[in-house]
Amino acid sequence: MAAGGGDAPPAIELAGISKSFGPVQANRDIDLAVRRGTIHGIVGENGAGKSTLMSILYGFYQADAGEIRIDGRPTPIPDSQAAIRAGIGMVHQHFMLVEPFTVLENVILGAEEGPLLRPSLAKARAELKRLEEEYELDVDPDAVVGELSVGLQQRVEILKALYRECDILILDEPTGVLTPAEADHLFRILRSLKAQGKTIVLITHKLREIMAITDAVSVMRRGEMVRTLATADTSPAELAELMVGRRVLLRVEKTPATPGRVVLAVENLSLTDDKGVARLKGVSFALRAGEILGVAGVAGNGQSELLDVLAGIRPATGGTVRLDGQPLDLGHSTNGDERRAARVAHVPEDRRRRGLVMPFAEWENACLGYQGEERFEGPAFTLDRTAMRDAARASIERFDIRPPSCDLVTASFSGGNQQKIVLAREMERDPEVLLVGQPTRGVDIGAIEFIHNEILALRDRGKAILLVSVELDEIQALSDRIIVMFDGRISGERIAGETDERELGLLMTGIEPGTRAA
Amino acid sequence: MDFATVLQLAGSSLRLATPLLLACLAGLYSERAGIFDIGLEGKMLAAAFAAAAFAAITGSVWIGLLAGIAASSALSLIHGVASITLKGNQLISGVAINFLAAGLTALVGQNWFGLGGQTPQLGPGQRFLAIEWPLADALLPVPVIGPIYRHLISGHNILVYLALLAVPATWWILYRTRFGLRLRAVGENPAAVDTAGISVVRLRYAAVMIAGLLCGIAGAYLSTGMAAGFVREMTAGKGFIALAALIFAKWRPWPALGACLLFGALEAIGIRYQAITIPGLGVVPVQFMQALPYILTVVILAGFVGKAVPPRAGGRPYVKER
Repeated sequence: MAAGGGDAPPAIELAGISKSFGPVQANRDIDLAVRRGTIHGIVGENGAGKSTLMSILYGFYQADAGEIRIDGRPTPIPDSQAAIRAGIGMVHQHFMLVEPFTVLENVILGAEEGPLLRPSLAKARAELKRLEEEYELDVDPDAVVGELSVGLQQRVEILKALYRECDILILDEPTGVLTPAEADHLFRILRSLKAQGKTIVLITHKLREIMAITDAVSVMRRGEMVRTLATADTSPAELAELMVGRRVLLRVEKTPATPGRVVLAVENLSLTDDKGVARLKGVSFALRAGEILGVAGVAGNGQSELLDVLAGIRPATGGTVRLDGQPLDLGHSTNGDERRAARVAHVPEDRRRRGLVMPFAEWENACLGYQGEERFEGPAFTLDRTAMRDAARASIERFDIRPPSCDLVTASFSGGNQQKIVLAREMERDPEVLLVGQPTRGVDIGAIEFIHNEILALRDRGKAILLVSVELDEIQALSDRIIVMFDGRISGERIAGETDERELGLLMTGIEPGTRAA
Repeated sequence: MDFATVLQLAGSSLRLATPLLLACLAGLYSERAGIFDIGLEGKMLAAAFAAAAFAAITGSVWIGLLAGIAASSALSLIHGVASITLKGNQLISGVAINFLAAGLTALVGQNWFGLGGQTPQLGPGQRFLAIEWPLADALLPVPVIGPIYRHLISGHNILVYLALLAVPATWWILYRTRFGLRLRAVGENPAAVDTAGISVVRLRYAAVMIAGLLCGIAGAYLSTGMAAGFVREMTAGKGFIALAALIFAKWRPWPALGACLLFGALEAIGIRYQAITIPGLGVVPVQFMQALPYILTVVILAGFVGKAVPPRAGGRPYVKER
């Protein structure tokens, strides 16, 4: 990797970068050098300061102190315009696209040729064709961006950067929303960009990707740069340890499941939304006591709707669900309360919007939905706040929620601890069925370990768990059986351990892989 | 209804639709850039007063027009500072502007002229007068075309034609220019505009100030074109009807023209047919006919016309997310 003039200045050099938001120090005295023509990974837990650092490099934030040098020249970057001039392009985690616009309009926005659009559009159309041929970046230039798949939208973001003739491309968590096949395609694109001499910075928390594609990797922890290593000289275990600051088990220790009776029998479930789009098209499966059934799939293929219907949040338009033989109400009058009474607990996919009321104190969220329980009853229609706070304190202790203060506003907990608040609330009632969506989205590695172990412990107590996750690793690590959803249907069912990523990846795109020796 | 009546109604509709159209386009620029503007009413009212007052004082309708635009722009600037720079609530700011305009015009009017909040009657030089197009009378005998040319195309004041020209101009600016592309983008996803290296603040101010300009013309038209002087509360909800038309038109210029003409026509019918007899039902009260545009506004705002999707970032101040 030392190929090409060892003494050429680095493409990017950061010296002593610091940035704080109020009392929070997001970046502390960061030094970083990225060599020209390499793929450089940056890893770290959530809140380690990776995205802040890259936003400073892209001019979205201004550093409080420190210097940025591009190709050895000190380059102040006060705004995104300056970053673009310095040859830096960025693909944000949340795409910066105007959804009702066409691909072409998105590409030229901010890089127009003159006051009239026509010449800009013509130039961009020709340029896009060239880029498409050079880098396998094919997208219909006249397609409306909002109607494209996430993978294609990401390509538009890359095209935007290339159209501005960037030499340095920063990608923030680019594979979070992609299927394995799309991720592979992305990596091919990145390799050919690298071959053209572009410098690529890849921010991710997936260590496997770091090992697969980067030349060097920098690890951040709590706003500081811990170390930069050549990828060839390190291992996922070492990186994980550097990220967390202690040894972590990357694999979940799991005993074989002992599935019992069928607890939840779902038959021919269907759901058509207000716009007349069928979201669930005849979904059937059985969930047994003492097993974890994983639901894999690319986001938006009906998993969310499935969880909503089972949790009583949305009515179904067809099909039946039986809980221990008793049919559940799937009509319009149904609600989460009925499910909780039937001992079906739900950890929603989006904890910030569905699972918690962010401005509430921790103890309020810790009993939300269960506030009607007898033990919380106070005199004359009031709630017994003391009892509620005692209960919250107990769960804080048991789930190791930090900081251990039940009076703190929920929004000020980290993502992992917020998730623990929800999990504690739903698991503590010892439900018969636990519906859990994206349990570790935006959660630190350390907390992931804890959450996974809690879910497994619940399984070993003989409860039935339905696990929806877009993280294939998580599905494979936890599940006993896996069903894959595609376009509102179950496109396949596999026994965990008897399948692999490639096969599941194909099912996720609706392709039934060549029939295995049946 | 004979042909002459239809023509008269059409001409009248056009004149009544003009202030709606100007205000509606004002709202279009502002809201397409992501700044909700319920202060159209107040801005129009302030402009109507300033235009009439300055026309009366200086004797020049053009100075009146400039004063109207200045008054409306000043209120736009307040709305801009409140909702863009200070990131305040756009609806509250709009409501405040409406109250401010209603109170100030009456107060200043009484103080300046002592006529109970009105301005003096404006003479011919202090008003925008109808323009007769060449050969209008000569061509009148030509069947169909003659009367249409004479009564519908010719014979309005210059602001009516200006409002009509503003429609294709707005369409062209919005869809064919760099400014328009950026304006539409900032109303949908300001973060995308920001990361593309364009100033969100500058774009939004530009949009809000264009809205001020157009509302200024709309107000001046009311007091120095349609009427001959300012009367208290003379906008009578036109700013809100323009907003309804904007929603009805789904924030697009050509449909905005259609929507404003529809409201203008309803008003024209309400004025002309004070009492309609419907066989079997009896006489429809005058009040009902006059209330018709407002009733339709409610019906339209209640979503009768299908789902109108406003610009996605509308109403929200842009804050770089942490």
